[in-house]
Amino acid sequence: MSDPYPRAPSTHVPVLRLGDVLLVTLQGDLHDSTAEQLQQDIGEAIARSSVSGVVIDISGVEIVDSFLGRVLAEIAAKARLLAAQTVVAGMRPAVAITLVELGLTLPGMRTALDAQDALGMLTRQAASSRPAHARQESP
Amino acid sequence: MPEHETAEQRAPHDEVADFLRRRREQIAQRWADVPLFRTVFTVSRDEAVEAGKSVVEALAAVAAAGRAEDAEAAGFGVVREQLTRTAAARSRAGASSAQVSNEVDALRTPVVDLLVADLSAAPAEHVRECSTALTVLMGTLRLVVMESALSEGQALIDRQRLQLLEVATPVIKLWDGIVAVPLIGTLDSARSQVVMETLLEAVVEQHARFAILDITGVPTVDSLVAQHLMKTVAAARLMGAECVVSGIRPAIAQTIVHLGLDLGTVVTRASLADALAYALDQQGTGIVESTPHAAGQR
Repeated sequence: MSDPYPRAPSTHVPVLRLGDVLLVTLQGDLHDSTAEQLQQDIGEAIARSSVSGVVIDISGVEIVDSFLGRVLAEIAAKARLLAAQTVVAGMRPAVAITLVELGLTLPGMRTALDAQDALGMLTRQAASSRPAHARQESP
Repeated sequence: MPEHETAEQRAPHDEVADFLRRRREQIAQRWADVPLFRTVFTVSRDEAVEAGKSVVEALAAVAAAGRAEDAEAAGFGVVREQLTRTAAARSRAGASSAQVSNEVDALRTPVVDLLVADLSAAPAEHVRECSTALTVLMGTLRLVVMESALSEGQALIDRQRLQLLEVATPVIKLWDGIVAVPLIGTLDSARSQVVMETLLEAVVEQHARFAILDITGVPTVDSLVAQHLMKTVAAARLMGAECVVSGIRPAIAQTIVHLGLDLGTVVTRASLADALAYALDQQGTGIVESTPHAAGQR
């Protein structure tokens, strides 16, 4: 009403919880308000369910701009503060080239070829940090 | 005699067209002995005569249309391909463009001689006009030949450049999940771009977790090329693949250090074999040597 900028109705991107990992699948064009909403949703979801990893599958994203690049980096930073690893999965070659040309190499963000690889990566990591507990509990 | 008197009133280009048609056979016979035709049609003289005839025919058509100075004239269209082939054959035989041009020019003398002999009874003024028209026509022929030869050469260069781009960047699958690009020759921006694109496509296609850029065959690396390599590595990383650069020769390493380029974030290995070993190790795939001892036991 008083908003000077007409907004598209903010749609939620589904954030799925798979065991210890959150899975977010981005499709097509991501509206700015949706991206902001997503950032918020992921933060809340991590805090609520204390997961150890977030997988963002962007294989359905064909165009990426500096804004989306920043959003991804911010999600990763936020997740890290909440002790969760973020893995971006399935980036298309054209998108990767665009990001590199924009100078957004997203340092510190983990990447995987696809969602399955990303899940495997996070599970392996969880497994390698678990034996310490296992030894303590097994006797 | 009356024949020549009627000819006097005719425009020079019509006279030339008529002359060319009338003396077609003789001109072709004379041309068959000129280097341009003699060297190209080595198999049979008849073939050279036939080729000569079709050229004379085209010249007559152009002259009749009164477009002796127009290299784009429709009349030349018929023989353009044949002339291109002839010129190309001369170039292949090692003749330079200037030589081919001179050889085409050598076609002029026999025709002009014939024309002068043919019009010996006509007034000097008319003969001069006609031979000038013929000379202009032959000059245009020379232009047509050179033009088509050059455009043929340009087309060849374009085709080869495209082939080079395709051929020069093969992506090889070394192992499950490991691809390599052996780079050979000087890298420029266009090639680097193609390398980046094909490599990234291959990463997706082969589901490769490791990509090896082997630059053993690259003679020099400047800051632009290095920057492209860094971009490729960064783009591959964004897609979830790790990029290994191998085969940096001492001189190139020196250059990179001198240029102050920071390749700190890039994994480098001395040779392609080392890079493969690294990738296999990271993947958890080991290569076990079967010792002769163990083989003997079995």
